[in-house]
Amino acid sequence: MTQAKDLSDQSRRKFIGGSVGVAGAMLIGPGIFLHQVQAKPDNQAVTNKVRWGMLVDTNKCATGCDDCVGACAKENGWANETGPNEVNVQWIRKVDLKDKKTGREASLPVMCQHCEEPPCVDVCPTGASFKREDGIVLVDKHTCIGCRYCMMACPYKARSFVHSPVENHDDYMPRGMGVVESCTFCVHLVDKDKSPACVTSCKEKALLFGDLNNKNSEIAIRVANENSRQIRQDLKTDPGVRYQGI
Amino acid sequence: MKKLVYAEIEGKSKGFLKLAVGLLAMIGIGLSAAYYMEHNGHIVTGMNNQIVWGLPHVFAIFLIVAASGALNVASISSVFGKTAYKPLAPLSGLVSIALLLGGLSILLLDLGRPDRLIVAMTHYNFSSIFTWNILLYNGFFAIVIVYLWTLMEGQYNKYSRHAGMLAFIWRLILTTGTGSIFGFLVARETYDAAIMAPMFIVMSFSFGLAMFILILYASYHWTGRPLGISTMKRLKNLLGVFVAGVMFLVTIFHITNLYAAEHDSVEHFMLSGSGYAFIFWVFQIGLGSILPLVYFYHSRFKDQVKYMLRGAGLVILGGFSQLYVIIIGGQAYPLELFPGYEVSSTFYDGEVAEYFPSLPEMLLGIGGIAISLFVVLFAIKLLKFLPISLADEDVDPHYKAKSTD
Repeated sequence: MTQAKDLSDQSRRKFIGGSVGVAGAMLIGPGIFLHQVQAKPDNQAVTNKVRWGMLVDTNKCATGCDDCVGACAKENGWANETGPNEVNVQWIRKVDLKDKKTGREASLPVMCQHCEEPPCVDVCPTGASFKREDGIVLVDKHTCIGCRYCMMACPYKARSFVHSPVENHDDYMPRGMGVVESCTFCVHLVDKDKSPACVTSCKEKALLFGDLNNKNSEIAIRVANENSRQIRQDLKTDPGVRYQGI
Repeated sequence: MKKLVYAEIEGKSKGFLKLAVGLLAMIGIGLSAAYYMEHNGHIVTGMNNQIVWGLPHVFAIFLIVAASGALNVASISSVFGKTAYKPLAPLSGLVSIALLLGGLSILLLDLGRPDRLIVAMTHYNFSSIFTWNILLYNGFFAIVIVYLWTLMEGQYNKYSRHAGMLAFIWRLILTTGTGSIFGFLVARETYDAAIMAPMFIVMSFSFGLAMFILILYASYHWTGRPLGISTMKRLKNLLGVFVAGVMFLVTIFHITNLYAAEHDSVEHFMLSGSGYAFIFWVFQIGLGSILPLVYFYHSRFKDQVKYMLRGAGLVILGGFSQLYVIIIGGQAYPLELFPGYEVSSTFYDGEVAEYFPSLPEMLLGIGGIAISLFVVLFAIKLLKFLPISLADEDVDPHYKAKSTD
C-alpha cells in the first residue's frame, strides 16, 4: 500500500513537474522553441506541411558586409571561381539600393527566392528544376541538360551556369560543368535541423530562417505582425524569401 | 503546261564536288568548335551568366524559324491549290527539313550537356514550352517526310493534299511554340508579349522563303537547268509581302510598348540608346527590310533576277539582325528587381550586360548552316526533288495566255 502511494506520488510529481516545465518554457523562453528549425527525421519524406522561408531585415543588413556571400560560397563549394566575374557563379549576392526619389539607401542579399510558383520549374524541359514539397527549389544535376532556359525565366537572376570544370566539390553538394545551379537554402543543413550558412554567418542577425507554415515559428509570427514584402510581388510567384525595410 | 519531269542532279561536276567538300569541311570545323566548347566549358565563348544565350541561339533559332517558313511554298501548292507552286513543293519540303536539322544541331551542341540528349528525349515536363517544342520538332520531321512521300510517289499523290494540310497546321503550331519561348518569359520586359508568336510566324514566312529562293536559284543555276523569270517573280513578290508583314508586327510591338510609360526605358534602350538600336535600324530595318522592298518593287530593279537574289540575301541578313536584337539585346537590358531604385551589385544588377561573340560560337553557327545545305545537296543528288525544267513555258499556267497577247 505504501509502495503504491509512493508510486502515485511519484507520478503526480512527474506530472506537476512536467506541467510547470512546459508552462515555464512557454512563458519564459519562447525564443528557444521559436528559433528551432523543425526538420523532418531522415527516414521521413519531405512534406508540404512545412514551407521553408527566409526573412531579411534590410534595416540590420550592413552595406559593404558580404559575410553571407562568403559563407554560402564556402559551404557550397563555389568560393574558388577563377574566371572573369561575369562568368563566375554567384548563388547569393549583395545588392545595394538607392531610392531614386528620396535617396534612401539599403543593402540586402538576393538569392534563389524559392517561389511557390517558380518560373524556372515551369520552363525546365526535363524537369531537372523542381520544387520540393517543403518549398525548396532545386536543380537535379543529373537531369539538367544545360539549356539555360530557367536562367532566362528567373525574375531574380538567381541562377548561374557553370562555365568551366569543377574540381573538389563536396559530396553533399555535387557540382559540375555545363549545368545550372543556385541557392538550395543549404538543403543538406536544413534536413539536419540546421539553418542555412548565410543565416548563421550574419553577425547582424538580419536573416531569419524557418517554417512559414508553423504559426508558432518566429518567422511566421514576424511576417504576420511586421511589414515585409517579396521582390517582384506583381509577378505572383510568391517567393519564400521576404524583405523588410524596402 | 507540259508534264513535269523530276530528276536527280548529276553531281559529277567539279563544282558539285567542291561544294560538297567545302560544306563537309565547314561541318567538321563546326563540330570541332562544339567539341572545344564542351571540353573547356562555355567559358571559351562570349556567353556568361548575364547573357546566357548567345550567337549559337541566333543561328539556331534563325534556321528553325526559317525551316517552318520554307515549307510555305509546298503549302501554297497543296493546301491553297496554286498550281504554279506545285513543281517547287518537293524542294520546299526538303529545305524545311534540312534547315530544321541544322538549327537543332546547333541548339543541341550548345547545350551545357549535349551528351544528355537521351535525357531530353525521355524526361518531359509538359508545363515547359521547350518540351512541347521538342515534340513539335520531332513531329515536324515525321509529318514532312510523309508529306514528301505523298508528293514524290505517284500512287500516293492523292493523299498529298491531306498530308500538306497537316504539315501546314503543324508548322503554324511549331512556330507559335518557338515565338512563345520568348513570349512566355514574363520576367523580362524585352519579351513577355503575346505578339511574339504571330511575329515569329510571319518572320518564318519571310526568312524561310528568302532561304528557299537562294537555294532554288543556286540549284538551277549551278546545274544549268532552266529557271523561268515568272517563278522567281512570283516568289519575290510573295517575299515582299512577308517582309512588309514582319515590319508591320515589329511596328505594332514597339508602338504598344511605347504607349505604356513603364516600358519607356526599355524602348529607349532598344530603339535609340544602345548598339542594339543601331543593329535594329541599320541592319534589320534599313538593309534587311526597306532595301529588299525597294529591290522587289521599284521599277528600276523589280524584274531583274540579280536584285531578287540580293533582296533575298538582305532579308536573311535582316533576319539574323532581328534575332540578334531580340535574343542578345533582350538579355542585355537589365532585369528590374526593384522598381524605383538605383541598384548595383557584384552580379551586374542594374547594368547593361556585355556580350562579345567568340569565334567558336560563330563557327558552330556556320557549321549548322553547312549541315542544312549539305542535306539539301545530298538529297537532290540522291532523289528526284527538282523538275528538269522550271522554264516559264513548262511551269507557268499563264504562259500561253501571255504569249498570245
